[in-house]
Amino acid sequence: MTETASDNLADFLPRRRQMLAGTLAGSLAALFGAGPAQADDVVLADPKAYPTAAFAQKTEADALKAMFGRTATVSPKISLDAPDIAENGAVVPIAVKTDLPDVTAIAILALDNPFTISAAYRIPPGTAAAVSSRIKLAKTTTVLAVVEAGGQLYSASRSVKVTLGGCGG
Amino acid sequence: MKRLLILALAALLLRPALAAERIDPARADPAQVNPAADVAAMTAYFQKKFPHVPPADFVNGPYAMDAGMRAQWQQIMQFPPYQFALDHGKDLFATAFPNGRHYADCLPRGGIGIAAAYPRFDAKTGRVVTLEIAVNRCRVANGLAKLKLTTGDMADLMAYLTDRSRGQPIAVVVPDDPRALAAYQRGKAYFYSRRGQLNFSCASCHVQGAGQHLRGDVLAPARGLIAAFPIYRSDWGSMGTVVRRFIGCNEQVRVVPERPDSADYRDLEYFLAYMNNGLPVAGPGTRP
Amino acid sequence: MANTILVRANADGETTVVQALIRHPMDSGFIKDKDGKLIPPHYIEVLEFAHNGTVVLTAFWGPAVSKDPFIKFSFKGGKKGDTLSISWVDNEGMKDSRTAAIM
Repeated sequence: MTETASDNLADFLPRRRQMLAGTLAGSLAALFGAGPAQADDVVLADPKAYPTAAFAQKTEADALKAMFGRTATVSPKISLDAPDIAENGAVVPIAVKTDLPDVTAIAILALDNPFTISAAYRIPPGTAAAVSSRIKLAKTTTVLAVVEAGGQLYSASRSVKVTLGGCGG
Repeated sequence: MKRLLILALAALLLRPALAAERIDPARADPAQVNPAADVAAMTAYFQKKFPHVPPADFVNGPYAMDAGMRAQWQQIMQFPPYQFALDHGKDLFATAFPNGRHYADCLPRGGIGIAAAYPRFDAKTGRVVTLEIAVNRCRVANGLAKLKLTTGDMADLMAYLTDRSRGQPIAVVVPDDPRALAAYQRGKAYFYSRRGQLNFSCASCHVQGAGQHLRGDVLAPARGLIAAFPIYRSDWGSMGTVVRRFIGCNEQVRVVPERPDSADYRDLEYFLAYMNNGLPVAGPGTRP
Repeated sequence: MANTILVRANADGETTVVQALIRHPMDSGFIKDKDGKLIPPHYIEVLEFAHNGTVVLTAFWGPAVSKDPFIKFSFKGGKKGDTLSISWVDNEGMKDSRTAAIM
């Protein structure tokens, strides 16, 4: 894993949730007391790590700059599995995987959504560079899979058609 | 909208695809009502219309018709979104009523593996009883309020009860009782009767129109139509029962929906469930 | 609140495949309610998976991730009985976490 990559992903702009830290700490005892979890086993999601600014961007260039600090080049080594026609824009299965070495992050962008970035994943060493999830598409759009590997940024894209349903949508 | 209009026009122009379309239930002679012949005719009709669809695949509705939709469905079924409802339904089913009794105490065979036989005709009341209504009867008998028939806890209970019958051949019975035959016949008449501002019948979409696109959706054939209920529908973002879907279909063709516990919906569900006979229980399911 | 996290983690000796389903509205902020009022955005921002205390995936999600979100990934190592922890926090500060045994 490259230091650059983790620095980039960790170094995000205004942290509007910093004030949560106190609340979070305060509720930890309750959480561990109530749940089946052992304190030692749980690594809590850290709201301060959230790249708020990147998720607010409305173009590919701005989003990638905010998220990764660089632009992406097209790579044939990324497989982006998405439907040609979404059965429902509210639930579109997207799977990304890549053979590129030293992958540190994967992001899914939908260029015609109100906000460009749908999801981003930090991939630590030992985790496969392959993630599947389900996203919402507001309309027919290009979906972009972006992979950060070896400190560089690569992408692959597909067009997904979104049609309104006729049976109650 | 253009497609919808074209379909509406086409449906208007088409001669009834099945002779049954002209049956008047008020005048039907019980001796003339033949559910077994109806399901055989419907099965043959769809197998001819869709020769490449394996017979049991009709339970998968639009996913049996369209490869692209099927691929997305298979992705979604890796971890189906109804899983929360299923788990919750299981908990609800196992939880004792305040009087210490359980749902299992009022349902045949403790409620397990019974969904394939519903709806049933109740000879005592002379009415069709869906599994949802049987659950509500159980609640009332134990001093509890009825659940809403469309969504929420009822849909979650249905998810569990249906899952416990998954794969069993659907075997709805229309007994040789004039009242049962009349209920079946009324359900059939409801299915084939045109209504609403768009002047659609259920059959316009699910017999004549089956397999066609209605904008982004693919119309499911009547054979197998309700075999995967209850469903998690992406449009709803939640679970719903057959009745919830009936209400949606009525609204779609601009008909004022019936009451969820109405005789119309019970009879319609009776007919449709009978048309699934021989197919495996495939619920709970997911749909767009 | 009932458990919001369903997880299946299966080890085959070399890798562990993790699939999770989280119950969350993931409101986008662009949908109106019955009265025509916009439902404010409400979505999971950070989701973290850890195996025996070591992070194996951090997900950052925006409002365009589907309702009741799903995620699937895999990591090297992990054996039956090991602990996997899952934890999320949303944009309103709500959170949940749980541990599951790898099967």
